[in-house]
Amino acid sequence: MKKDLLGISDLTRDEIYLVLDTAEAMREIAERPIKKVPTLRGKTVVNLFYEPSTRTRTSFEIAEKRLSADTLNIAVAASSVLKGETLVDTALNIEAMAPDMIVLRHASSGAGHLLARLCKSRIINAGDGMHEHPTQALLDAFTIREHKKRIEGLKVAIIGDLLHSRVLRSNALLLTTLGAEVWVSGPRTLMPPAVERFGVRASTSVDEAVADADVIMLLRIQHERMNGAFFPSVREYFNTFGMTTARMARAKPDAIIMHPGPMNRGVEIASEVADGPYSVILEQVANGVAVRMAVLYLLAGGEGD
Amino acid sequence: MDADRMARTLARIAHEISERNRGIEELALVGIRTRGVPIARRLAEAIKDINGVDVPTGALDITLYRDDLMRHAVGPQPLVRRTEIPFSIDDKRILLVDDVLYTGRTIRAALDALIDFGRPRVIQLIVMVDRGHRELPIKADYVGKNLPTSPSQSVQVHLAEVDGRDEVEITES
Amino acid sequence: MRRLLKGGRVVDPANGRDGVFDVLIDDGRIAGVGRGLPANGAEVLEVPSGIVIAPGLIDMHVHLREPGQEHKETVATGTAAAVAGGFTAVACMPNTDPVNDNAGVTEYVLKKAAEARLARVYPIGAVSRGQKGEQLADIAELKQAGCVALTDDGKPVATALLMRRALEYASMFGMPVIEHCEEQTLKGDGVAHEGFHASSLGLRGIPGQAESIMALRDISLAELTGGAVHIAHMSARQTLDAVRFGKARGARVTCEVTPHHFVLTDARLAEPIAYDTNTKMNPPLREEADRDAMLAGLSDGSIDVIATDHAPHHYDEKRVEFDHAPFGITGLETAVSLVFDRLVHPGLITLGRMVELMSLNPARILRVPGGSLSDGAPADLTLLAPDLSVTVSAATMRSKSKNTPFDGWALRGGVAATIVGGRTVYVNEDAKLRI
Repeated sequence: MKKDLLGISDLTRDEIYLVLDTAEAMREIAERPIKKVPTLRGKTVVNLFYEPSTRTRTSFEIAEKRLSADTLNIAVAASSVLKGETLVDTALNIEAMAPDMIVLRHASSGAGHLLARLCKSRIINAGDGMHEHPTQALLDAFTIREHKKRIEGLKVAIIGDLLHSRVLRSNALLLTTLGAEVWVSGPRTLMPPAVERFGVRASTSVDEAVADADVIMLLRIQHERMNGAFFPSVREYFNTFGMTTARMARAKPDAIIMHPGPMNRGVEIASEVADGPYSVILEQVANGVAVRMAVLYLLAGGEGD
Repeated sequence: MDADRMARTLARIAHEISERNRGIEELALVGIRTRGVPIARRLAEAIKDINGVDVPTGALDITLYRDDLMRHAVGPQPLVRRTEIPFSIDDKRILLVDDVLYTGRTIRAALDALIDFGRPRVIQLIVMVDRGHRELPIKADYVGKNLPTSPSQSVQVHLAEVDGRDEVEITES
Repeated sequence: MRRLLKGGRVVDPANGRDGVFDVLIDDGRIAGVGRGLPANGAEVLEVPSGIVIAPGLIDMHVHLREPGQEHKETVATGTAAAVAGGFTAVACMPNTDPVNDNAGVTEYVLKKAAEARLARVYPIGAVSRGQKGEQLADIAELKQAGCVALTDDGKPVATALLMRRALEYASMFGMPVIEHCEEQTLKGDGVAHEGFHASSLGLRGIPGQAESIMALRDISLAELTGGAVHIAHMSARQTLDAVRFGKARGARVTCEVTPHHFVLTDARLAEPIAYDTNTKMNPPLREEADRDAMLAGLSDGSIDVIATDHAPHHYDEKRVEFDHAPFGITGLETAVSLVFDRLVHPGLITLGRMVELMSLNPARILRVPGGSLSDGAPADLTLLAPDLSVTVSAATMRSKSKNTPFDGWALRGGVAATIVGGRTVYVNEDAKLRI
């Protein structure tokens, strides 16, 4: 594997399966009385988060600690940015203290690429702007495989604010690489330009997208998007694109419902669907730790190519 | 060693276990992945034949406990497999099972892993082949066969469950 | 001082010349172009075979950054870069700090240029006061002080009404309005061309139509007012179509394209260096179809000028996240080689057309001396070496800033020497001339 994990675009098919299989083994550690292995003992991992995130950061932190790594959380407050220290300077200062890995979440697409060019530490992208969120896609795939036993040949529908979503880009890449049939749906105004070239089928009809789907993945709609004239109101969005029990009925009877979180209940997803029997949303969160342990382990090795 | 010899060796070990352990109920077998696991299962079967008791059997993956993990200059990480020890090991007499005992580092890792799972009363070691050249103060309690080797040689224990045949093979590497 | 350049291939389309001629320079002006000219005491310079003598190249879109942003470039370093790039004159943009919307700043820039004594500098003044897009700047004063054109470059002129007024008013002084065509609401907070590459990299896009919509506005207003509009740094094929449309209707519209827009595409966002901020400029690098349209327009005559939009930025400013990096790359020291390597040698344009694009047409549009080797014209000459092997090296560039995506490129064709007013201001050591 490459030195850094900046996106699913860095992984081959075989490497994706390697992460999933390794995560399988890592999951068992959570079931032990002592939820720890000494594998990354003496390694230092810095969680450098420029965007607030409870879920992802905690997940990484638990994963790092379960591998016995020393973790350091840096939540960059707006004030530090206002003081004028650039991302590059912050990273170089951290580098001077020789961490082994930096887990970076940042609001700008490509922030990880900038660091990877400058830093010897391995960089793991925990979400960069609208670009990619590779560990999310990996844990999503892990969850899907657990329920459906495979990825290849499944119909997966991804619905929501596609344009601004890094989860969409990572999932589209991963699922198409593993041979799933991916449909994306949402308002035309929130479709990424050239979306057909992502290897997915795009439709503004949610009903078409979820017909016979095995997996339905909902993406968050931010209320601020109304200000950019992307759609007129939350009410209209919910009526046209929101996932309700009625809409779900078009999918396969054992279809699973996924969401990277945090959810906007009543916007992209109805509460009864989020809390319903087909929802695997909480499992996604649990699987996140195992998947991140796998990524940390696989990246921590030698200079692999 | 051929298949026949291996079968008789395992039977002999199973008898030794039964003789040396008055409380069979306290026993548990833990095979070290990969080939320690089928050997542990076969031993469990043999013990059941002798005593009629089901000895709980688990599989232990020690990859994450290896002492050479982060020292490779180049190359991908070794593959990690699931550990499955579906019983408590507290106060049990654990029989660790592996195919070949060589430097002893695998066993050291296995001991560290086991201690994280609980507090066994006793841990004993069963190996099919002891080829010498220990680098740590580790010794086996039950040995199938002592095979003096040179470091340039490689010892493979082939098992039907994994390799399709039973055979102990020594090759020059 | 009299100098005689003997035996060079002179390419001077204004006078219909393309052949081996001698060029006589006297007291800073062209004293004669012909065959077998007598020296009569002039300093004789034997021009090696293969060298082309052209009227001095003029870059009509350059950011010299002085006053106010001297960490990026100064008039001195910018004109040094210009002559190293073969340019005898540059027209510099007013988005300095303070903005060049008054005689004071114009005179300051001219003073600095005179002190540097390298390339001629023709200041371009602001259309609106402070470039704020509200009121016209004091255009007569700017003309008086030495400005040759007007622009609010960096942005379009803010409203159609203001653009109309600017065209009408500027035409009284024979000045064109140079427009940065970009509909601002469509641009939004875009940082790259709206297309597959920006989309997959998660970068906000700016569609080509943001440029063409504004170009159509300005061309319509040029038609309405009879004023002259020059479309700066054209990048989208839709804009080129608009220009053709406007010209066919008789509007006074001209346009320029930068070398990076006819060489690179938005694929560079991803490779070889993903999110390379040296591929971030405004207008952005567009798709292959746009790049190919620019090549076609250069070839068929629809495009009038090649100008660099030389936009130096300090290293620190570009070493940031793509979203935060300022738009722009340098261009003065790479233009000639790129034109040779990508246009002339592949046969897309002739040397004569190259001189039109880079000297004659800029001179005509800005109404400045130069663009030809007519008798009495200023002795501004660019000696070109079409077959010189050039490896672009940012580290040795004379510009203060090194923000170029072409570093390391091996190109065929370069500058041998630059002469301004009869004085040699630059010699390329690699071209091995004694001049």
